[in-house]
Amino acid sequence: MMHLLYSIFVDPFVQMGAAPDLLVQTLWDGLVSGVLYALIALGFVLIFKASGVFNFAQGIMVVFAALTLVGLAEHGVPAYVALALTIVVMLVLAVGVERLILRPLVDQPEIILFMATFGLTYFLIGLGELIFGGDPKVMIAGQLGLPSGSYRITMAGGYVQLQKIDIAAAIIASLMVAGLGILFNRTRIGRALRAVADSHRAALSVGISLEQIWVIVWFAAGVVALATGIMWGARSDVSFALETIALKALPVLILGGFTSIPGAIVGGLLVSVRQKVGEFYWGSLVGGGIESWFAYVIALVFLLFRPQGLFGERIIERL
Amino acid sequence: MRLKYLALTAAVAGLVGVSVPASNAFAKDSLFVPLFTYRTGAFANSGIPIANGMHDYLSMLNARDGGIGGVKLDIQECETQYNDAKGVECYDSVKNKHPVVIGPWSTGITLALIPKVTVDHIPVLSMAYGLSAAAVGADFPWIFNPPDTYWDGMSIALKYIAEKEGGFAKLKGKTIGFIFLDVGYGREPIPLLNDFAKDYGFKVKMYPVAPSQMQSQGGVWLGVRRDRPDWMIMWGWGAMNPTAVQEAARTGYPMDHFLGVWWSGSEGDARPAGEAAKGYLSLNFNAVGTNFPAIKDIIKDVVNKGKSQTPKDMVGENFYNRGVVNGVMIAEAIRNAQKITGKKMIDGSDMRRGLETLQISEQRWKQIGLPEFAAPIHITCQDHDGHGPVYVQQWDGHKWVKVSGWISPVKDKVLPLLVDAAKDYVNKNQPWPKRTERCDDGTL
Repeated sequence: MMHLLYSIFVDPFVQMGAAPDLLVQTLWDGLVSGVLYALIALGFVLIFKASGVFNFAQGIMVVFAALTLVGLAEHGVPAYVALALTIVVMLVLAVGVERLILRPLVDQPEIILFMATFGLTYFLIGLGELIFGGDPKVMIAGQLGLPSGSYRITMAGGYVQLQKIDIAAAIIASLMVAGLGILFNRTRIGRALRAVADSHRAALSVGISLEQIWVIVWFAAGVVALATGIMWGARSDVSFALETIALKALPVLILGGFTSIPGAIVGGLLVSVRQKVGEFYWGSLVGGGIESWFAYVIALVFLLFRPQGLFGERIIERL
Repeated sequence: MRLKYLALTAAVAGLVGVSVPASNAFAKDSLFVPLFTYRTGAFANSGIPIANGMHDYLSMLNARDGGIGGVKLDIQECETQYNDAKGVECYDSVKNKHPVVIGPWSTGITLALIPKVTVDHIPVLSMAYGLSAAAVGADFPWIFNPPDTYWDGMSIALKYIAEKEGGFAKLKGKTIGFIFLDVGYGREPIPLLNDFAKDYGFKVKMYPVAPSQMQSQGGVWLGVRRDRPDWMIMWGWGAMNPTAVQEAARTGYPMDHFLGVWWSGSEGDARPAGEAAKGYLSLNFNAVGTNFPAIKDIIKDVVNKGKSQTPKDMVGENFYNRGVVNGVMIAEAIRNAQKITGKKMIDGSDMRRGLETLQISEQRWKQIGLPEFAAPIHITCQDHDGHGPVYVQQWDGHKWVKVSGWISPVKDKVLPLLVDAAKDYVNKNQPWPKRTERCDDGTL
């Protein structure tokens, strides 16, 4: 019993003091993963804000975007042209989704739209496999100008290693988040978007074009999916396994709130840092491998105290 | 109304057609060989080349030889996505079509099918995967797992490490890290690893990777950096493999001290890290490359004729050839069953006898156009595995290079443990049917 208490309340802090380089490394890794989680969560938030729908297809959009990019490059298309063409493909996808799925379902209950995103997911899986096959591909990170290698900073008898691609990912993700934040919070589009989220009918009655708004948010979510696919694909490979990373965004959304862009960022950072620190210093107590569920525990505890998330809008329904 | 009914029937028929393999095209004059494969889902990167190799070899036999013993093979794939529930669905959809053998291609699916096939009398060939204890033929007459169990594999990995360190005695005080996919497959060799650790005085550090964390292993490798294990052994699959290799390189772990099992050594596992993966090691039990008469026949009769799903430049890669080995085992067991029974149209029971007396000698590998492609395979009633030797290959930055001779498992250690584990399985799964099947080689 004493040993267990020591392992929980004393030993981790002793380890932190004894090897501060590892603590800094854990925090850095948590921050980088957090930014990447935030990027995935952002894709969900954009669509939820515009339609009140949890987009189940966000994960497969990441795969689809990354596969399109790499697939084009494999066919000899120069990297930046492939990147531009992939963005066009995501625009076409956004228009297609609006025309074929969302438009016929205007003013339907949210659960119907949610189920429609299920259908979209399986359609994109099939289409992706038909076009690109299931073989894994290597992300063209170098051709896109993303840096490789790392900086090693010596500290307290140890070292902290900062991967250049992680730094690039953090910068790109931060810029995208800032840009989207400005677009949706400080512009007319942003106001229209919030109006659409409140009520399709009311938004239509004041002349807001639902079609345009939906195309814009689905396109923005598509671009975010592409950035996510590039960053995660560069850390592993580009295959349908990337779809599962969308699950990592769920606790982030619970924590940050489904409707808040800053929430997605802060939620991503909070979840990831706690997850990494928890796994590294306390994981061995239960045999390791706690990263996969620890984030959900954090989110569930948070739900008890603040169901709308850190920055989410409080929903008050009057009877 | 009638039209509506017809439309509904057509729609239902269409759906059934999608989920269940098409009806037996060759019907009564062919042998039904279902292949449980995964070309979709999170593990497709590992599943596709294996499915291609297996399918292409059997298709080549149909095209070149008209099948086996004059009987065509009816080859049908069922997609499992490496998912246990889908694998069981596949089994249920094919079991009444008289399959000669089932290859689940997943340890989880194999574990789920072992009790079923034992009752249904359909042999399972789980090539170098599945339940290690199933090698004991006295308790598992319907399961075959040649050429090696995971326990054999772990003993070979440790033997290689011991060799590099100067003998098993030199492992005392060392730390060996074990990174594994946290499912039945990855957990399977742990009892043996712990047993060796106890005997030789080395420490084991476990690094489980949940399937949802396959592509996010930063935390795990930070743990490796903290613990500084002298060697790392990996039991990975799917996207876990290339991620682990890249993370190891990023962490600065010495790649020539990082050794994967035979399922963690495809080109796709090392290629994304490229030069940084230089030095990474993995076990292997088949040759790599296309310079074999049978592989050339596959290219001529199947790939060039557009009957394969594999791109031509991927024929001969490690996992493609692994699929070919599985195809050879199926084909040779069918041939053997036909010889023993004198029947051309064998059934599952006959196939079991064919598998139970399967011998693929060095000479036989040569005869079938695959000289030195794999080590000889020797299965008996008693031993459904063979516990053959494997070799170690190393990534040179671009391709795999063989860096060891053939290494045999530590049989003195593994075999008694397998017998104990088989007994344990039988006791825990009572009433387990007592073996009543006749033994052709007289070892039981």
